[in-house]
Amino acid sequence: MDVLEILLQASFWAATLRIATPLIFGTLGELICERAGVLNLGIEGIMTIGAMSGWLFVFLGVDLWTGILLAAAIGAGFGLLHGLLTVPLGLSQHVTGIGITLLASSLAYFTYRVLLPDVATPPRIEPFQPMAPDWLLAVPFLGPVAAQQTALTWLALGLVPLLSWVLYRTPLGLALRTCGENPVAAEAQGLDVYVIRIGAVMAGSALMAVGGAFLTLSAFNAFFFEMVSGRGWICIALVVFASWIPWKALLGALLFGAFDAFQVRLQQVVGGAVPYQLFLMLPYVMSILALLVMARRAAYPQALMRPYVKGQR
Amino acid sequence: MTTSRDEPPLLRLRGITKRFGGLVANDGIDLDLARGEILALLGENGAGKTTLMSILFGHYVADAGTIEVTGADGAAHQLPPGSARAALAAGIGMVHQHFTLAMNHSVLDNVILGTEPLWAWRQDLGAARARLAALIESTGLAVPMDARVGSLSIGEQQRVELLKALYRSAKVLILDEPTAVLTPQQSALLFTTLRRLAQGGLGIVFISHKLEEVMSLAHRVAVLRHGRKVLEVAATGTDKARLAHAMVDRPVELPKALPQPAGAPALELLGVGVAPAAGVEPLVDVDLTVHAGEIVGIAGVSGNGQRSLAGLVAGTLLPDRGSLRLAGAPWPTGGPKALIAEGVGRIPEDRHRQGVVGDMTIWENLALEGYDAPDCRRFGLLDLARFRRRAQALRERYDIRGGGSETPARLLSGGNMQKLILARVLEPGPRLILAAQPTRGLDIGALAEVHRHLLDARARGAAILLISEDLDELMQLADRVAVLYRGKLGPARPRAGLELARLGLEMAGQGPAAADAA
Repeated sequence: MDVLEILLQASFWAATLRIATPLIFGTLGELICERAGVLNLGIEGIMTIGAMSGWLFVFLGVDLWTGILLAAAIGAGFGLLHGLLTVPLGLSQHVTGIGITLLASSLAYFTYRVLLPDVATPPRIEPFQPMAPDWLLAVPFLGPVAAQQTALTWLALGLVPLLSWVLYRTPLGLALRTCGENPVAAEAQGLDVYVIRIGAVMAGSALMAVGGAFLTLSAFNAFFFEMVSGRGWICIALVVFASWIPWKALLGALLFGAFDAFQVRLQQVVGGAVPYQLFLMLPYVMSILALLVMARRAAYPQALMRPYVKGQR
Repeated sequence: MTTSRDEPPLLRLRGITKRFGGLVANDGIDLDLARGEILALLGENGAGKTTLMSILFGHYVADAGTIEVTGADGAAHQLPPGSARAALAAGIGMVHQHFTLAMNHSVLDNVILGTEPLWAWRQDLGAARARLAALIESTGLAVPMDARVGSLSIGEQQRVELLKALYRSAKVLILDEPTAVLTPQQSALLFTTLRRLAQGGLGIVFISHKLEEVMSLAHRVAVLRHGRKVLEVAATGTDKARLAHAMVDRPVELPKALPQPAGAPALELLGVGVAPAAGVEPLVDVDLTVHAGEIVGIAGVSGNGQRSLAGLVAGTLLPDRGSLRLAGAPWPTGGPKALIAEGVGRIPEDRHRQGVVGDMTIWENLALEGYDAPDCRRFGLLDLARFRRRAQALRERYDIRGGGSETPARLLSGGNMQKLILARVLEPGPRLILAAQPTRGLDIGALAEVHRHLLDARARGAAILLISEDLDELMQLADRVAVLYRGKLGPARPRAGLELARLGLEMAGQGPAAADAA
């Protein structure tokens, strides 16, 4: 098996999509927050608690989609907390975000341990099953790739054009982008900057939590510690990579997913000649390189990380 | 006035009072505005003009008083306090001194922002575009609709602000110091537009501290002083002296430059070029000499290279081509510190960000330059007692008010902050002084102080490079004036032969030749 062979495998592309899915959710979520002018470093923790709570609710007996919705609601709740602290109170978005990450992930582990004190192996649930429309399954090459994807992946892919439409084609999107460019301009046109910014952080955080829940309800069928393992931070970098544009976020997430899927397969090819840690590094090194190329030209939202205080310029 | 007696006023303010801590910014102000009327609100900085209009527009909530707006039904409705949305809905539009535009968005996006219900699946861009085109057509406020606002000139950006208000069918238009950023020609154009809008029935409140433009534009003038309305007269029934007296209530005499011979060259720029880069305004082949005991004024609208020129002299920027000379010797290497040591005083354009460290105290800010001189040390440590004593003396000599030596500099008013900077810069007796927009945003009292200090420095033989957008200031102070346009500096000509109108044309890029032909 050589490199070209890897790229031609349907299983490689299926894995790429699967790895990219939580990143798509997380990156789009972060993108919404940052477009409104709020950096949300709570993403890592919000994904963790999304993963834990989605799994927990399903474990306790609700159906999978209700689990997703509840995880999203909990994510939105942490978004509300981050929004209240950073928007009307104007606290440092960095410090608050790190705090949210610590709080949310610790709370997730704590709840898990309190509810399941004695289990050694994480209890399993019945996860989302792969599904795809028949016409797609019939397409050569794409069919086998699509056959392995669950509904959440299709949802993530569908969110990209939806978010693009909302950001660039609706009054709400224009208002949200203006809050990230110049909140004074939004206020002067009668918009409530606080409400829009907090709303954006809540919506974005809900998506992050769904990205986390994908891990426990689709990719795996259990929750375990450290399972988010830096995906949130990757999303932060992907937003910059994407220059705050949804379809480029999709591109970035797929690229990262491909690197990750590639390195696993490359390990098998090259075998023991190279320490496997080097392969694990590969996607991160590639993202840094891609970031270097893409982010140099990125146009930041002008008011990103700048708190807006009413009646003050 | 075009309104009849029995028609209710468009806008009626009664007993507006606003306090910030102990300071009374507005004290029981009554004001009426009729349809088709242009009302000038005149006053020094800090007189309460902007506060009053911010209350009207819902940025602040008044402590007392009411605002009534006559609606379409002809009845007066009270405006709920503290809501920009309500003010907009009532037909009040405001053009802020600092534009409230999203620079990365298109003109169209800036105009339609907030005019549609937020929860809609699509924007009706076609209709919005047609409506804006009609508005541009009918008002003559020409701007490219799809251009990024940040790529427009200041004058065009101001038109976008006007369009924003008119697009919402504003009945009352408030303009906060709209001419502060314009050339005389652009101002004249704006006035023509405003007169036409007023003829169309719009009520206009025009905030200013410039007497000439108030007299030429307004139907009625209200003067605020220390938060109180001290005078309200028809513009035709008054004169500048009376308004000036009402505004300041103390005789302000602007110092005059006495003729004196210029000395040896103190600053020379020889074919200096600065390449354009991110955040750097380019300069092209600039030649300039400033002699000892001479003030050379640089006229021009901001953004034409002033910042780079100031940066070169301040030591924060190096030329890409050509060279600078200081008092006949090569330009000192070693950046700002070496320049200060060689007797270059710098009054920066942005006093808040470059002139002072806001969170440090007044005495610390006064000690920022030259704190490492040997006589400022005791046993190898900074001699703080000496700094404090010196600060005390400087505060008295330069009349820095608004706090003691321990007050953080950011709490000072613009005028007092500038006096602090002057004290720091002028005290060592520099031989070359860079004064970048030294009176921007200052009221007449502080302005006179700054002028007096600059002229004193000139009298004792300092060379002064004065960069200013205020042509009146240049005509008062400068011995010679050169115009900077798109990075090119015109010849520095003696003030005596210059006309304001011609300078204004040159600032807009119509060079001396073009002006001669006209």
